[in-house]
Amino acid sequence: MEFLQPADLREVLETKAAHPEAVPIFGGTDVMVDLNFDRERPGAVLDLTRVPEIREWSRKDRRLRVGAGVTYTRAITELGGLLPGLAMASRTVGSPQIRNRGTIGGNLGSASPAGDALPPLYASDAGIEVASVRGVRMVPVEEFITGPRTNALRPDELITAFMIPEARGPQQYAKIGPRNAMVIAVCSLGLALHPESRAVGACIGSAGPTPIRPHEAEGFIEGVIEEHGLWESRSEIPASALERFGALVAEAAKPIDDVRGTASYRRHAVGVLARRTLTWAWDEYRRDAG
Amino acid sequence: MKLRLLVNGEPREADIWEGESLLYVLRERMGLFGSKNACEQGECGSCSVYLGGTLVCACLVLAGQAGGSEVVTVEGLSEQGRMHPVQEAFLEAGAVQCGFCTPGLIMATHDLLARNPGPTEAEVREALAGNLCRCTGYEKILAAVQTAAERTGT
Repeated sequence: MEFLQPADLREVLETKAAHPEAVPIFGGTDVMVDLNFDRERPGAVLDLTRVPEIREWSRKDRRLRVGAGVTYTRAITELGGLLPGLAMASRTVGSPQIRNRGTIGGNLGSASPAGDALPPLYASDAGIEVASVRGVRMVPVEEFITGPRTNALRPDELITAFMIPEARGPQQYAKIGPRNAMVIAVCSLGLALHPESRAVGACIGSAGPTPIRPHEAEGFIEGVIEEHGLWESRSEIPASALERFGALVAEAAKPIDDVRGTASYRRHAVGVLARRTLTWAWDEYRRDAG
Repeated sequence: MKLRLLVNGEPREADIWEGESLLYVLRERMGLFGSKNACEQGECGSCSVYLGGTLVCACLVLAGQAGGSEVVTVEGLSEQGRMHPVQEAFLEAGAVQCGFCTPGLIMATHDLLARNPGPTEAEVREALAGNLCRCTGYEKILAAVQTAAERTGT
């Protein structure tokens, strides 16, 4: 096995082009399990931890470029104010040791439908920065994740960052699991209010082959808020509309039975989470009016 | 390949296979058996060490990734043959049963108290959530953390 450890972006892209079979590693929380259990024996491993462009994040014109190697711990401590939904999701990941190593780029690379960082990215229309020696392309996250454990990455490409607007309104993330720590989601829901664009973003986690944007539910609740002038009045969303929103989210899920839960439980639960997260986010929006 | 790193303040080097974990290097190449090998998937926390000052599971670090970095294991916590107050507190509280999880829990407690000298019980539980005790001696462990916090805090 070859161990490749480039020190900058140009070198890492050249290395990936020369060794398309090389498995990229940053925090190792997925890759090392495969190596330790001898499930994978790649010809080469490409360490990304020394590349500043992958490790760091930056902010410009109220948009963020977050390097794929930003860990969950850093998402909580450094980005909690700018991306509260992502920070909430990050707090539910593993344990301190796992959050110190695991990265958001790793969630994108592994492309598990249960990846906790993914629903917040979907709910704010994040773009994934994918780079190779051929250049950089931006792929909307909804197109980047193509199926369970598959993504749109080509063999010579690396995930270098994601681009996301900083929060302009309340965000929420809720997750169901048998413990408060060290659990893979039975199902989850990310939600973001975007008052400036008068939009509601939502995404179902771990109840389908990929994270799922419930577009019909989003459109329905945006219509209700618009029709009643709620963005301006900041009055309560009618209970019947919250119920309908939850029901439409449940309909959008495509769950299966597996060891973590049944399809029918997941469908029911994502509807409940949708109703609750919208209520929490809307209550915060109402309070913010002062 | 040749791996060079700083372990418990001493420069060390080892000939390693590229696919091995930092935990394997510490235990099998350097004879530091304090960090325990159990789940090899980051679930149990028994192999917790500091890598560049950050608490990590050594089983999930590919050895080469630690090259040039500073690693502190449980063996590195005592000073001049004297146990660290966290270690003393575990001993006194009877927080050690079979002892297998103890080094990892000592490291996680050390990290918690460095970040938060006066943690609430909820904060202790959250900080230690990645360390499993198969003897299930969690009550004494929680007591030991509180004792250690009282002694190391101001």
